Amino acid sequence: MKASLTLNKVSNFLGLGLFTTLKDLFTNKLEKEDFKNFLRKTIVPLASILLFLGLWHSGAKALYNTEADFKIEKALQDQGQAAADALQVCIASGESSCQPNTLPSPSQVWDSFQSLLRDHNIISADKVAFAKKTAALNKTRIAEGKDAIVYTGRPSFVDQIFRSLKTVFAGFLLALFIAVPLGIFIGLSPTLKSAFNWFIQIFKPVSPVVWYLLVFMIVKTVLIGSADDSSFTISFISVGLCSMWATLVNTAMGVSTVDKDYINVAKVLKLGAFQKIFKVVLPSSLPLIFTGLKITLSVAWMVLIAIELLAQSPGLGLFVWEEFQNGANDSNAKIIVAMFVIGIIGFLLDRLMLMIQNWVSFDKTDAI
Amino acid sequence: MAYLELNNICKTYGQGDNESQVLSNINLTIEEGEFVAIVGFTGSGKTTLVNLINGLLEPTSGEVLFKGNPVSGTSHERGVIFQNYSLLPWLTVEQNVLMAVKEAFPKREKAVWKRKAAYYIEMVNLTPATNKLPKELSGGMRQRVAVARALAMKPDMIIMDEPLGALDALTRGNLQDQILNIWGKDKRTALLITNDVDEGIYMADRIIPLRPGPNATLGPEFKIDLERPRDKTELNDNASFKKTRNAIIEYLMDIGDERKSEAKEQFILPDLAPKDFVNQFR
Repeated sequence: MKASLTLNKVSNFLGLGLFTTLKDLFTNKLEKEDFKNFLRKTIVPLASILLFLGLWHSGAKALYNTEADFKIEKALQDQGQAAADALQVCIASGESSCQPNTLPSPSQVWDSFQSLLRDHNIISADKVAFAKKTAALNKTRIAEGKDAIVYTGRPSFVDQIFRSLKTVFAGFLLALFIAVPLGIFIGLSPTLKSAFNWFIQIFKPVSPVVWYLLVFMIVKTVLIGSADDSSFTISFISVGLCSMWATLVNTAMGVSTVDKDYINVAKVLKLGAFQKIFKVVLPSSLPLIFTGLKITLSVAWMVLIAIELLAQSPGLGLFVWEEFQNGANDSNAKIIVAMFVIGIIGFLLDRLMLMIQNWVSFDKTDAI
Repeated sequence: MAYLELNNICKTYGQGDNESQVLSNINLTIEEGEFVAIVGFTGSGKTTLVNLINGLLEPTSGEVLFKGNPVSGTSHERGVIFQNYSLLPWLTVEQNVLMAVKEAFPKREKAVWKRKAAYYIEMVNLTPATNKLPKELSGGMRQRVAVARALAMKPDMIIMDEPLGALDALTRGNLQDQILNIWGKDKRTALLITNDVDEGIYMADRIIPLRPGPNATLGPEFKIDLERPRDKTELNDNASFKKTRNAIIEYLMDIGDERKSEAKEQFILPDLAPKDFVNQFR
């Protein structure tokens, strides 16, 4: 009983009502009148997923045929009948060197996903082996005061994901630490509000690319002479600056619109400024602050890809860019894999924020 | 010397053409240990008056004296119970009361604070709800928390702004008794603002009607010479109660009629008939 309750809670919490009903089906708890509900919550999403895959598959097939026909036609015109026939045979045989380059089908994407995982396993094994091999040597090097030898091989897809997450969280924390305090000050003081308003209005709509360039100009000079790779610094600062505006505006609004009754209570109790902010103003504006933080995190994840790509900072953005430049026959499929991974991680991040919001916020009905 | 003294208080909101005078020429003195009720229609400026006394607002002209000193800003000496409870929804009952306790008794040990909070929660009979959030409580319970919070500051005077206005009749009667009980224990000075004449007579020593705003001002006072403790059921048959009650109600009704006849501005309604919906679409 207890276990099922927690499962219910967890799946409702994650907004995955689907699993709850699915579980009910297997535990025979489903009543007849729940059948409609079951249809809506389980069958309909599954059907729409299948429909999506079907459309994708047939669309990809149509594009593949168009591309193949064009290739054969071109071979016929440029090199004659024999070359065209050879190409047709080659395409039909599934030989990777002559495949048309177009939208990959779902099965190709799945294969690429698995090959990326295999690749990750190989690289991880490689890393472990490298660590073993250099363990003794590193010990003596450190004892001699030299730097340890580190693995400098190519990062796997999974490494790129974690690197991206690291960048996003660094950027998000930067946004949090700039935007929340600044928002509180702006919300509390009408003077500061009019001082900062033009600044917010002008910089809010600036594109991630321009933020990147701005940060690049500054960080490059600040870190002048430093041997370290500055791409991570540049990319996380850009991500933070790009994404902090939603939090800034929401915090300022939340703080400046605290219920007058609560402010009166604070006045009657003669709370000091510090107490007033931490005991009354902040808790009552938490729901709005969290709405801002949620938007900030999703914007951060969205712009991350573009910024990593520009900054040449390792991560999913760079992965996508490199695959695009690479142009291998499974590059397109890998890009689509990255697309899904990016989308799913974005969704999970949003749920994570919702979870934290539900946890700290006083009015649970406010969290959407 | 009067405990609380209001001299020629005027309060206006807005400026220039938008200026509207809410209160004018309010004079009021309350002696130590007295229970005074101010009765008035809704919208007559009662809350403005309360906020002037507790220091949330400043009068446009005139002065508020508390124990002979002019009031500037809020003070722990005047505890306020707000109309809409104003509990902080993210704090439990205990935490709400603790907030007041901590401010009233700074630099004490945590255990002392906790004991004091528990004492006031016990006073309003809410000990079982100590760790509940305001949203889990009924209206009457919430108002009791507000009472406990106001008392926890150990105020010399307690100001109640329609504290029971939003409650049902049964809870209201119950809470009236509780407030009277608490007041009877140490006879703190109390000011009750209400729109219920019966409540005023039942609880107060003096009733002062507030003539409705704009330009609200206080009417003549009515003394209530009923023995305490008063019994609600007996009151209904008490001749003195009936007389005072009728006198106050009559007075208030007369003001109402007066105001209606004063309203000379006639609004001429345009002579309109609804459109013929059927023909409209032809």
